[in-house]
Amino acid sequence: MFDSENTYKTLTSRELTHEQKLMGLAKCAENGLDVLHIPPKTKHYFETGAINDLFEGGAPYRPRYILPDYERFVQQGSEFLKLDPPKTLDELLFSLIILYRHVPSITNFPVFLGSLDKLLDPFLDGHTDEEICEKLRLFLIYLDRTITDSFCHANLGPEETRAGRLLLKVEQELQNAVPNLTIKYDPAVTPNSFMEQAIQCSLRCSNPAICNDPANSVPFGKHYGVASCYNILPICGGAYTLTRVTLTELVKEAKSTEHFLNTLLPECLGLIADYMNERIRFIVEQSGFFESNFLVREGLISKDRFLPMFGVTGMAECVNTLLKDQGKIYGRDREADDLAQKIMDRIQELVNGYEAAYTPVTNGKFLLHAQVGLDSDFGITSGVRIAIGDEPESFADHLRHCARFHRYFPAGVGDIFPIADNVRQNPAALLDVVKGACSIGVQYLSFYSASTDLVRITGYLVKRSEMEKYRKHQAVLQNTTQLGSANYQTNHLEKRKVRMV
Amino acid sequence: MTTAPVNKIIPFSTVDGPGSRTSIFLQGCNLTCGYCHNPETQRLCSACGACIAKCPAGALSLRGGQVVWDPEKCVSCDTCIAVCPNRASPKIREMDARQAMAQVEKNLPFIRGITVSGGECMLHPQFLTEFCTLAKQRGLSCLLDSNGTIPFSAYPELIRVCDGVMLDVKSWSPDVFRSLTGGDNAVVKENLRFLSSQGKLEEVRIVCVDGRVDAEAVLHGAGKLLGPKAARTRLVLISFRPFGVKGPFASFTSPSAQRMLQLRETAVLAGFRSVVIK
Repeated sequence: MFDSENTYKTLTSRELTHEQKLMGLAKCAENGLDVLHIPPKTKHYFETGAINDLFEGGAPYRPRYILPDYERFVQQGSEFLKLDPPKTLDELLFSLIILYRHVPSITNFPVFLGSLDKLLDPFLDGHTDEEICEKLRLFLIYLDRTITDSFCHANLGPEETRAGRLLLKVEQELQNAVPNLTIKYDPAVTPNSFMEQAIQCSLRCSNPAICNDPANSVPFGKHYGVASCYNILPICGGAYTLTRVTLTELVKEAKSTEHFLNTLLPECLGLIADYMNERIRFIVEQSGFFESNFLVREGLISKDRFLPMFGVTGMAECVNTLLKDQGKIYGRDREADDLAQKIMDRIQELVNGYEAAYTPVTNGKFLLHAQVGLDSDFGITSGVRIAIGDEPESFADHLRHCARFHRYFPAGVGDIFPIADNVRQNPAALLDVVKGACSIGVQYLSFYSASTDLVRITGYLVKRSEMEKYRKHQAVLQNTTQLGSANYQTNHLEKRKVRMV
Repeated sequence: MTTAPVNKIIPFSTVDGPGSRTSIFLQGCNLTCGYCHNPETQRLCSACGACIAKCPAGALSLRGGQVVWDPEKCVSCDTCIAVCPNRASPKIREMDARQAMAQVEKNLPFIRGITVSGGECMLHPQFLTEFCTLAKQRGLSCLLDSNGTIPFSAYPELIRVCDGVMLDVKSWSPDVFRSLTGGDNAVVKENLRFLSSQGKLEEVRIVCVDGRVDAEAVLHGAGKLLGPKAARTRLVLISFRPFGVKGPFASFTSPSAQRMLQLRETAVLAGFRSVVIK
């Protein structure tokens, strides 16, 4: 039903930019349609908050996350965009920013910009470092000021390249929130010196995050990308949709642990699978996206490389609620972590049993994803993270906990650690920690320096200084500042335990 | 196994040698440096009991003529250290090498090594030898942080199992050394020569205090003594900070950034190539 009140509020807002209003109004229009079949029980769980589709909208007309095959674009150019294959660095950068403008997603911005180092490196011959850095500076500023949404991601590594080194250098100087960077790290491939540069950069500007490349190559081989907030997805494809179970809310209906595991979980997860299939069918069969979009026609994406992501969040509160009488805390007590493992085993078993429509890339499976959160989440801890304030005293115990639960999430999971400022003098120390973490199966880590302006909220980055402006009711360029501001305050992110003090 | 009094274990230290390391601080020192930033590690508890009544958490008690610390009750407020008249701490655990290693193992595989500091760790050479032997078995590198007043050449087994010593060369003139520390520095110079000859000199440190430390003399003296090896020896110039310091030095100020850069230039002229200012 058309929500005229919300539409009017969006249209007359003083805090939204023109572009943000346009997108908000488009969402109002989309939500005015009633095209998805949603059973009453599913609606019940939407109302309790146990099911949440992360504002995907009432009539999906594009996949949620799209990861174009940019390497193919560079080789062949684009007939639709009337672009020949680039021959120079200027042509390459220009071609990419043109293409980015035409890559849709749930945010209406591209959520994946490709492995930038690999795309750039073949075009650097004949240029000095200074020339390249100046071009990269303009390229990155353009992206930051026009892709006004932090759920945008570019990748680096695992190989060291000249382009990778220069990108890190410019990134550190610019301190931009967009794009997010992830470095794929393979201890057997990535040299220590390059990783130390990456870590040093992350302690200056909270980028790049670190992806355990061998562990994340399991689902789709090396042809994967890290998009938006730590989503591991096939390149030349992506995610149709992401709906999450919010365990924090579902557990409120539990009469006992057995009732939760054997009645609530099967019912709720089954409804989520049906709901995502309903969305996939609409995108594939009704929306016209795969018939009309040039990315498909030119082979930059392919319908058979998309999949649905099955989101899980709020494990901490779920376990703490079930063990309330015993006072056991997730992340601190063995009983709580053992129960969490039992819940994850059950979720994995159930989700593997559902058939996802139009998803040959996983043989018809949904892939689990530890969803990081929404601005409206209050008292809901991201994914399978330990709640802020409950972190174990020992950093080593925290990392071992990450490893224990990361392995359930082939479509992405991650933890965030603020790091003491003194580590800037010894980035090799943090690399030692990263190596240890990768060796025990931690799949994804991100760091920021305890005193930096750029703060990682749930996965995306926001500047503390911009949040201050927004709190004083000034319009800000990036919509994620609005999301981050609420989250930072309500979930007390300033209290995250600082490590390596 | 021999035990040693352990003041503190830092699971992930980033300032006690290369990479991520677990640092173990032993209690008790044979010097009384005026600028010591953790003077509560200098002496062993005399069981005077002054701290017991002052502890807000009731974590301290007198039993069998000794102050007993209950880590479960402790809230880490350090009131006991502030009120101690004896430059000691009641929060000391006697540990043997196996017990210390059990603490280190909790941090595997996230560290590359261990560092033993103090106090003065060389007051416990047997413990160090046993501890480094166990750490080596787990593939960890072992560093010692020492004031160099005890001759390393007397402990060949320890030299074999430790990877290097971070040597605190506080001053060059014996008179300056005595007024700064209350001790003698002839052995420090001998250790400098000996450790370098054994390839076990991990780094040379100087805490720089304007007007009190003859930093230039250390740079020239150590440079000459090390000869061509000075170029391969890491030198750390530490800017004095009053944080944690007790007594007259607490009111001293840090050297200026310019002064530290001057010292670096002097160090380069004296033959050092790897110079870090901290």
